Amino acid sequence: MIRLLNRIGDSSFGFLEQAGRLLLFLIRVLAKALRPPYCWRRVLHQIHFIGARSTLVILVAGLFTGMVLALQFYDTLVRFGSTSLLGSAVALAMIRELAPVLTALVVIGRAGSAICSELGIMRSEEQIDALECMAIDPYRYLLVPKLLACVISVPLLTSLFIMIGIGGGWFVAVVLFGLSEAAYFQGMYETVVMHDIYMGFTKSLVFGLLIVWITSAKGFFLHLERCGAYGAEGVSRVTTDAVVAASISVLCVDYLISALML
Amino acid sequence: MSAVSDNCADSPVVEVSGLVAHYGDRLILDGIDLQVFPGEILVIMGGSGSGKSTLLRHLLGLKKPSSGQIRVLGEDLTRLDQKQLFKLRRKIGVAFQNGALFGSLTVGENVELPLREHTDLDASTIRVMARMKLEMMNLAGFDMLMPSELSGGMLKRAGLARALVMDPSILFFDEPSAGLDPVTAAELDDLILNLRDTLGMSIVVVTHELESAFNIADRIAVLDEGRLIVTGSVDEVRATDNERVQDLFHRRPRNEAVDRDAYLHRLTGYRHDAP
Repeated sequence: MIRLLNRIGDSSFGFLEQAGRLLLFLIRVLAKALRPPYCWRRVLHQIHFIGARSTLVILVAGLFTGMVLALQFYDTLVRFGSTSLLGSAVALAMIRELAPVLTALVVIGRAGSAICSELGIMRSEEQIDALECMAIDPYRYLLVPKLLACVISVPLLTSLFIMIGIGGGWFVAVVLFGLSEAAYFQGMYETVVMHDIYMGFTKSLVFGLLIVWITSAKGFFLHLERCGAYGAEGVSRVTTDAVVAASISVLCVDYLISALML
Repeated sequence: MSAVSDNCADSPVVEVSGLVAHYGDRLILDGIDLQVFPGEILVIMGGSGSGKSTLLRHLLGLKKPSSGQIRVLGEDLTRLDQKQLFKLRRKIGVAFQNGALFGSLTVGENVELPLREHTDLDASTIRVMARMKLEMMNLAGFDMLMPSELSGGMLKRAGLARALVMDPSILFFDEPSAGLDPVTAAELDDLILNLRDTLGMSIVVVTHELESAFNIADRIAVLDEGRLIVTGSVDEVRATDNERVQDLFHRRPRNEAVDRDAYLHRLTGYRHDAP
């Protein structure tokens, strides 16, 4: 019994410790991100890695999401004879929910895991210590560029996702099912308001921050992991943790923002 | 460099007094007093788990001690804020065990990095300065390669070139000969001796390799279980009758049982209260 209580106490201390560390980490990176000087070359480099090189995946994912969405909605709406709502249904679902969430998940898989394992390896090979010893601030040199790049890239990728998704929907609705093109787009004009776009934008901005925060903190603090993380095994374990944690928190925060903004 | 050594001709460049360090609630360093004088090579020796890496991390300001003072170039590391610490660190060079080169940069870019971050020199001057340091380390022509293309000894030397590129007055070197074949290790020893003789640099080397320690050291400090048991010139240390030191020098196995729980606890900071 006492052993059990001990365990519970121990793990809740561990949880609180980690939560506190993550929060302090975020505050520190944000504080440095908001003050110049910036190293724009490094920010651009990261935008290239996190943003530009995710474009193709996002385009493919967006296209098929839009297509399957139109297919499913068509199948449902045709029973009620209201296929004219198809355009607005696709656009709203994309802008409000699917584009921000799916983009975030794709970015976590592609860039988040890379951010975490890169920082983890740098930590375990003493490269971060080396930076400090060269009087180069690792927060400024490594983390701020990643943060800025992620917060800039994710909303851009999300809007790309939305556009190609609506295009995919158009292909299925108009080209495959012969719906009138006017009906598809007219519905969109009438139902999508600025508030929907704000909501999608807010989500993608918050998700961008969330992704870079969780994955980079996990890698950066590899040496402070509770059960001792070291070398290849440690990096892979921490990266898995980071991807899972980031994905789950994106989904939870998605619900929160929806509930607050609807 | 000259300003520092002129000001305090014989006062130590590194001075540690009463350093105590904990990891979790386990005592790692216990009352360390240590001095490094200008232009000397001090070797900190000890077996694995003796606390020598922890001591080095404290000397570099990467860790804050539980109590005690660490003065480097006259400044108390424990009292500096980050800005002052970074200013001080521009005057020290650190070569890490495996070089700690950045994998995304070429060897040349790695060496150039401190200059690019801390000086306003133009790119071509920086490139020349970095190449000179690489040449000094017998790595001329390697600047366009990636770190993954170098051997272990080359990585150490490239790391050393990067540590020296700002012309520091103190150099810290972590395990220069660990993991190297005897010939390569001897080459590195010569490089270190050269630095002292030609540049008058003060050098702190952390190692567990006896041969290399005796080759390069002006003075040796032997660390065991968190305490400094002997400090002195090579001959003094060799002549000491301390049993622990002689064990280390004659490679006598200690055959002590290691307490599993204490070891795990130190390793992970987690209590394994197994029955």
